[in-house]
Amino acid sequence: MSFPLLTATAVVPALGAVLTAAVPAARRSAAKWLALVFSLATLALAAVQLVRFDPGAEGPFQLTESHAWIKDFGVRYELGVDGIAVVLIALTALLIPFVILAGWHDADPLGTTSSRWRPTQGFFALILMVEAMVVISFEATDVFLFYIFFEAMLIPMYFLIGGFGDRAGERGEEETAAQRSYAAVKFLLYNLAGGLIMLAAVIGLYVVTADQLGTGTFSLQEIVQARADGQLDIATSTERALFLGFFFAFAVKAPLWPLHTWLPNAMGEATAPVAVLITAVVDKVGTFAMLRFCLQLFPEASKWATPVILVLALVSILYGALLAVGQRDIKRLVAYASISHFGFIILGIFAMTTQGQGGATLYMVNHGISTAALMLVAGFLISRRGSRLIADYGGVQKVAPVLAGTFLVGGLATLSLPGLAPFVSEFLVLTGTFSRYPVIGAIATFGIVLAALYVLVLYQRTMTGPVKESVRGMPDLRVRELVVVAPLIALLIFLGVYPKPVTEIVDPAVEHTMTQVDKVDPKPDVPLTDVEAAK
Amino acid sequence: MENLIGLLVVAPLLGAALLLCGGRRLDKSGHWIGTLLAAASFVIGVVLFADMLGRDGEQRALHTTVFSWVPVGGFQADVGFQLDQLSMTFVLLITGVGTLIHLYSVGYMEHDEKKRRFFGYLNLFLAAMLLLVVADNYLLLYVGWEGVGLASYLLIGFWQHKPSAATAAKKAFIVNRVGDVGLSIAIMLMFTTFGTFAFGPVLESAGDAGEGKLTAVALLLLLAACGKSAQVPLQSWLGDAMEGPTPVSALIHAATMVTAGVYLITRSGSIFNGAPDAQLAVVTVGAVTLLFGAIVGCAKDDIKKALAGSTMSQIGYMILAAGLGPIGYVFAIMHLVTHGFFKAGLFLGAGSVMHGMNDEVDMRRYGGLRKYMPVTFVTFGLGYLAIIGFPGLSGFFSKDKIIEAAFAKGGTEGWILGGAALLGAAITAYYMTRVMIMTFFGEKRWQPDAEGNAPHPHESPRTMTIPMVVLAFGSVFAGGLFSVNDAFLKWLEPVTGHSHGNSPVSALTVTAATVVVLVVGVALAWFQYGRRPVPATAPRGSLLTRAARRDLLQDDFNHVVLVRGGEHLTRSLVYVDHSLVDGVVNGTAASVGGLSGRIAKLQNGYARSYAVSMFGGAAVLIVATLLMRAV
Amino acid sequence: MNPVNYLYLAALLFTIGAAGVLIRRNAIVVFMCVELMLNACNLAFVTFSRMHGNLDGQIIAFFTMVVAAAEVVVGLAIIMTIFRSRHSASVDDASLLKL
Repeated sequence: MSFPLLTATAVVPALGAVLTAAVPAARRSAAKWLALVFSLATLALAAVQLVRFDPGAEGPFQLTESHAWIKDFGVRYELGVDGIAVVLIALTALLIPFVILAGWHDADPLGTTSSRWRPTQGFFALILMVEAMVVISFEATDVFLFYIFFEAMLIPMYFLIGGFGDRAGERGEEETAAQRSYAAVKFLLYNLAGGLIMLAAVIGLYVVTADQLGTGTFSLQEIVQARADGQLDIATSTERALFLGFFFAFAVKAPLWPLHTWLPNAMGEATAPVAVLITAVVDKVGTFAMLRFCLQLFPEASKWATPVILVLALVSILYGALLAVGQRDIKRLVAYASISHFGFIILGIFAMTTQGQGGATLYMVNHGISTAALMLVAGFLISRRGSRLIADYGGVQKVAPVLAGTFLVGGLATLSLPGLAPFVSEFLVLTGTFSRYPVIGAIATFGIVLAALYVLVLYQRTMTGPVKESVRGMPDLRVRELVVVAPLIALLIFLGVYPKPVTEIVDPAVEHTMTQVDKVDPKPDVPLTDVEAAK
Repeated sequence: MENLIGLLVVAPLLGAALLLCGGRRLDKSGHWIGTLLAAASFVIGVVLFADMLGRDGEQRALHTTVFSWVPVGGFQADVGFQLDQLSMTFVLLITGVGTLIHLYSVGYMEHDEKKRRFFGYLNLFLAAMLLLVVADNYLLLYVGWEGVGLASYLLIGFWQHKPSAATAAKKAFIVNRVGDVGLSIAIMLMFTTFGTFAFGPVLESAGDAGEGKLTAVALLLLLAACGKSAQVPLQSWLGDAMEGPTPVSALIHAATMVTAGVYLITRSGSIFNGAPDAQLAVVTVGAVTLLFGAIVGCAKDDIKKALAGSTMSQIGYMILAAGLGPIGYVFAIMHLVTHGFFKAGLFLGAGSVMHGMNDEVDMRRYGGLRKYMPVTFVTFGLGYLAIIGFPGLSGFFSKDKIIEAAFAKGGTEGWILGGAALLGAAITAYYMTRVMIMTFFGEKRWQPDAEGNAPHPHESPRTMTIPMVVLAFGSVFAGGLFSVNDAFLKWLEPVTGHSHGNSPVSALTVTAATVVVLVVGVALAWFQYGRRPVPATAPRGSLLTRAARRDLLQDDFNHVVLVRGGEHLTRSLVYVDHSLVDGVVNGTAASVGGLSGRIAKLQNGYARSYAVSMFGGAAVLIVATLLMRAV
Repeated sequence: MNPVNYLYLAALLFTIGAAGVLIRRNAIVVFMCVELMLNACNLAFVTFSRMHGNLDGQIIAFFTMVVAAAEVVVGLAIIMTIFRSRHSASVDDASLLKL
């Protein structure tokens, strides 16, 4: 038996979490370094996955592992990655070290150091725990296994949001704590509600397979195979109900309008690194699961629901962007911008074209990096002044030019400036949508004007103009902070100029999904000319 | 040779990277590095030009694919370059004027503490603009298109400690983005129609697509051109863009970037040729803008804003010419090049004046400066003669051709367009004469500023005057040179094609008419501003003047409808999100909480009340059982 | 004698007991009323046993007696403890156990 690479990629951060949590109270910095080392080890394993993954290979999944787990219910411990998963695992593993580095001092206890209270250890252990669960969610090809970790993720996230936040600032200790626990509970309840509906659908899926195949199964591949062979024939209404159950959970997580309101609260109250963890890592599981489970398990129902979902995605894009324009709080602004971006991702997935889905996958990666860059710099800014309100800043560019410059680059990436990575994915999504649904594609394109508006208004109000008294003497980025931001920016530029390494891995997986849902790209009106044929 | 094309873009890009990431150690030498790399790019351009001249008309275009950029299924975007005569013209203009303006900036920005960054942005602009003109497909062109928008944003807002500059920069970017939506959708439509967006296949098979599709693509491209070239209705950003340092106004907002729209339309010629309705829209936009810009230019007292109005108007001429189809493409580009010379020269002159006048921009506080700044006066004067189309100078040749072409469109349209172009020429002569007189002639009207510093007008340093002199040479001779033997026409014809049309009036009549309106315009301005002293504070003016001062109220319209409307929309949406979308959820939570609170009250601690409920429950069970049995 | 009469008596005793539990405040009296209800049940069980001619009802009556005895022991102890600490035997005074 070969080395279980996929299991290892999830076990290493989990082990790291346990060890970090066990570090004695006094050895805080040891815990930080330990967490960083383990996150880097995970990154190394993810890199090995990328290298060993062969885009040209036969079959949907690679590096598979399969063991019986709960035999009575046909639950198996089945792991496997396709091009989409392997890229998203790499993104997760890549972002976690930056999240840890950026949050280096976020969980230092204030004043009281004597007690056995160990917030620092807890903070970093929870981050690693989330990483382990996200990684295994990306790897799981057994619906039940996926469901367990999809839900279990909520527990460490709940504590990360509710337990750690920015300094109280002018709002006062009590108000801050109340807001934070409100946000954490809201996050939990929304996602739990989604998860419970999904649980019903998961059980329903088991019942259907048990009924028709004799033995129930949760294995994605088995179900897909059985449907292809005609052994399994899910009634249309059942398929639609099951699809909605799955989709609802993913739409809460993604989040899709109108299930989005937990995100601004959660991202606003959490510290910037945790906010990055939410939007760049955890939420991606939702959009990823739409591609992997919704489309592959229920292709007919997906096509049935497409018109409604596209409209909801379109509303998300414009609504999120408009609300971002109206925000007074930097972190909530980024949250609403993310809602707009998730709209683009979902639009791309359900446009059911190669460009749309390939673009959506690329978008997940690029949105992760660009939001991380913007949000982490915003976090550095907020930690200097102790306020999240845009109105408390002004003229920062003059006192901290590097901070302002990196903030601008992050912002430009968010508004999808050509040359930076998000442009490629956004354009692919829009083209993919436009080629099948011209009206929706054209309306969605206006999102780019709104994106420019919210990014530039934010930049103008915080960074330009006369230097405000409150930001005078603000220090520029420190070395640790530069180490966090510089690689992210470099990556944004690299993937903007040369996205081929990612698209090459993603492409076959997308084509596989397209075959599953039995869709082909629309053909151009004018046949290829001789010039093109000669190429 | 093909590899050199890439180098053309890379040289200034390298400069930008060096200067922006290099840190303080480059503060001392940064501006020279920037200028050197711009000059390097110009030299490469000249080498390529020489190489191109060595080949025949049809074999002049170079094409190279560097690498596959975004390959996803049928969507194949390459990073590839195409250098034909049209691109070459732009490359020389951009790098030539660009290098001169780098040189000028060395003097102009000498005392600015952020000089290194300024040159970094200028280099970034050059790289993006060169990418725009040498790209071999629309998506890569789009990268350059937005790249110049970014550079323009950064440079307009260069003095961003001034809120007005920061606002102007943001406005420019956002208005441009509206145009970019047009370009985006146009590219998507090309992709769905042709399966590609590379120039070669799209333009060759344009005829095979239906007229409806072509019209849609062409109108979308026009929207893009309107944004970038400040044409009505997306013109409002250009006036505000004058907040940027003057060299920026000269390079980006006069000579090169704002002409990108003309490039786009000319480049997409075969699409427009197949869509007459779209062409009608193009010429309408051009004609309206050329009058709009000219009228605005008449009323402004700010020298840069007057010149900005003039830029708008002159680009209107180019768009008009480009909209005429094969009759006009060549002349659009020819006017673009000559305009690049004289308008850059005029802006540099204005910058030189401001440099000597403590950054005063109000022309009512100038006057009589010809004695203090002889070089500036002469070069500005030559630019002035060129722009009004004084016979023999550059502007005369190029503008005259456009007016001829407008008449050659034929029919009523031809008369209307030709008439508008002639009227525009008269107004141009008027407002430029006004600028000239108010600045260089008459009494001196400057006063000490609030802190009591009186300006001491003086000539600018060499680094600034040399570029002005060079550009003045261009303003004088370029047009004549291009027209010798129809050299420019023959140079561009293989790319854009050309037809003569059939003009109802002879070329000589048009030329005569042009000269007549020119004299009328100049004379009118002379009577108004030359014969009597100019008041230091602006008179109230007629209704039209007041409207023109406010950019013909178009900004007010935008402000009321778009800005205010948008603010109200977002504010109400924030409210809706909080109280409606979130409210539904929070309401559910609150009602569950309330209900459980009510039910909890039953738990009152009195043993006897518990007993009652037990007996009650037992009684209900018994009754229920009996009932069940009865049924 | 008709055994149904015993059932009437049992029902009467149960009602008296139930009314006492609901109406009286003194814990001892409530307690006695509970005993009365239990014994009413016992009477009913024994009567049914007689009517149906098997021993099941009598067996259950024994169970009830055992449970009642145990309950008396624990219940009286609780009442005594409360009376000692609060100087009251009223059931309404011991109402702290609530939300």
